[in-house]
Amino acid sequence: MSQKTFGDYGGQYVPEALMPALTELEDAYQRYVLENEDGFVDEFEERLRDFGGRPTPLQRADNLSERYGFDVYLKREDLVHGGAHKLNNALGQALLAKYMGKERVIAETGAGQHGTATAMACASLDLDCEIYMGRTDINRQRPNVYRMRIHGADVNPVDIGSGTLKEATNEAMRDWSRTVEDTHYVIGSVVGPHPFPTMVRDFQSVISEEAREQFRAQVGRLPEAVIACAGGGSNTMGAFHHFVDDEDVDLYAVEAGGSGLGVDNEESYAPNSASLGTGTEGVLHGARTKLLQTPEGQIVESHSVSAGLDYAGVGPELAYLVDEGRVTPVNVDDDAALNAFHRLATREGIIPALESSHALAYLEEYAEQRSAEHASGDAPRAGPVMVNVSGRGDKDLDTVIEESTERDIANAPDMEVYQ
Amino acid sequence: MSDLASAFDGEPALVSYIAAGDPSAEQTKEYVHALVEGGSDVIELGLPFSEPIAEGPTIQRAVKRALDAGMTPERYLDLVRELREEGVEVPLVCMTYYNLLLQHGQASRSDDDRASAAGCDARASPEAFVADAADAGIDGFVIPDLPVDEADDLKAACDEHGLDLVFIVAPTTTDDRLERMLSKASGFVYVQGRMGTTGARDDVSEDAHGSLDRLRKSTIPKAVGFGISAGEHAREIVAGGADGIIVGSAFVDLIAEHAADGTAAERLREKARELKDGAVAGAKETPESQST
Ligand SMILES: Cc1ncc(COP(=O)(O)O)c(C=O)c1O
Repeated sequence: MSQKTFGDYGGQYVPEALMPALTELEDAYQRYVLENEDGFVDEFEERLRDFGGRPTPLQRADNLSERYGFDVYLKREDLVHGGAHKLNNALGQALLAKYMGKERVIAETGAGQHGTATAMACASLDLDCEIYMGRTDINRQRPNVYRMRIHGADVNPVDIGSGTLKEATNEAMRDWSRTVEDTHYVIGSVVGPHPFPTMVRDFQSVISEEAREQFRAQVGRLPEAVIACAGGGSNTMGAFHHFVDDEDVDLYAVEAGGSGLGVDNEESYAPNSASLGTGTEGVLHGARTKLLQTPEGQIVESHSVSAGLDYAGVGPELAYLVDEGRVTPVNVDDDAALNAFHRLATREGIIPALESSHALAYLEEYAEQRSAEHASGDAPRAGPVMVNVSGRGDKDLDTVIEESTERDIANAPDMEVYQ
Repeated sequence: MSDLASAFDGEPALVSYIAAGDPSAEQTKEYVHALVEGGSDVIELGLPFSEPIAEGPTIQRAVKRALDAGMTPERYLDLVRELREEGVEVPLVCMTYYNLLLQHGQASRSDDDRASAAGCDARASPEAFVADAADAGIDGFVIPDLPVDEADDLKAACDEHGLDLVFIVAPTTTDDRLERMLSKASGFVYVQGRMGTTGARDDVSEDAHGSLDRLRKSTIPKAVGFGISAGEHAREIVAGGADGIIVGSAFVDLIAEHAADGTAAERLREKARELKDGAVAGAKETPESQST
């Protein structure tokens, strides 16, 4: 059977009413995904190719490589249909819902990326689709709401609390506890109760499966390091999974440092989303994992300039890999991410998602470490580095225009002349 | 074990839920007294958590009001102590979510300790909270996000401190799960009367009857909750074989509407009486009572 816990993390902390649905899902995951019953895996791979546009390229970023003095490779998940890695998971789960005979699919979304991916997958598979989205997020991500509607999905506003991803997830779980008989809940990251963290990782692991092969074929060796941003951690686990056993490959999970680390207990607010590096053990949304919470255990509102990283929890397997010392959690702040956004756009002609910009921003610090190694004369790291570009940034332009004008961001175009 | 199960002796029991601190700790005390005067046999006192995933809109809003008014686990335990000092004798059950139990007692450790403890040997445990709750006068727990499969730590702590752990039986609960629950449950079992979340409804669900049928052989008291809002529902549920009813949203609605005009306590007392009378009437219609 598939793995239910990672050390102490993971598990199934859900209302009793959902337990039979999770058991049913574990069974379906085992049969269809792990054992390819009824040719599920074949169909999934075919759809990922023809509908999703896989495989995605592993591209050498020539100008970044020159800047840093080592080879930088980009795994181009921004080229997946829909503009992000999210489709890998949404398509896998929607197809699984179909194999399970479920007629209706629900999902939560924050920025709208997972909601959009789920809506697209459901349109192509002819499944009913309802997306829960917080009112605040609806107001700041209108184009994505429209995209979901175009694909025929209903978008249900969630008004309670701060109206963001956390509340949308609560509401999706509440819906599922009413509707488990005919509904599958497509969770958007490697979070939630077992078997979601394992199953979503498996759907996303196509990223590292391809990348590992591509490194072998194109570069003739494995990377020195893999760098990926981490919100819930699905692109992260996807980019890491097939490298976890390669002990010489360093794995960096880059979290949103936001506008500062730490938690304001009075306000129940964290100006960051760095649960992996700074959070404490607790239970949220069905799993035991690392969380941003007050000492009393209330979950706090998190913050990041990138909506997709803005979550107080993180996948249990990633939390475990950090405790084991296999994955290094690091973070970069909002400004560094905005800088990296413009850097990639100017120098490589690629607009990265603000989420992915966090991974790209970490290259600056990583490069400094490597040049320090060179200077001190101990055996420096010499190999190529892979950054997972989890999505494209067209969705973020409104935010970037606003935030870049407010701050002093290098490389940001001056728009004053057009006023 | 506590006295929780004995609250179901004799007449059918009314288990009344309100959220502690909604809209203030002082008012909660007043409301608990009113509910007891109205005939409540057990008070289920909600300890507000920021992510109440098993709750419908009514209780979600109550929890939010309580959190905004400053309710914390520490103040909650003080409130329980004060209720006991003021002479409240009925069993008090703590209804909350697992994370709050896990964090209690950790706050005194520094953040660095916690971060590293989270990584190493020290798995977070509910034991400290259970100990303090027992000391304050709590009799048992209902934790909606803790299915029986994850409940070993809490069960052990409850056993150690003489508290009951109440499990929720859902309409979807399979027979093997039911058996596992019954082997660990004490106090009473919480029969979830319908799928979904809490919230007052206008009718009685068929689901409750199915679960009661499956539990008929078991001797542990069975209380039905989720959706009960009127004496007539209470009568029907108890006539169907329940040993008690659990009512929350119907009370919380009264608090939301009438806390400000000062009539909430009186209305809670009346509502409790209506429900209790319904339950007692239902008991006279059960097959058991007809045959004796
Ligand atoms: C492009 C992109 N990258 C990353 C994320 C973060 O999610 P995860 O950490 O699960 O990969 C999101 C979430 O919306 C996203 O849209």
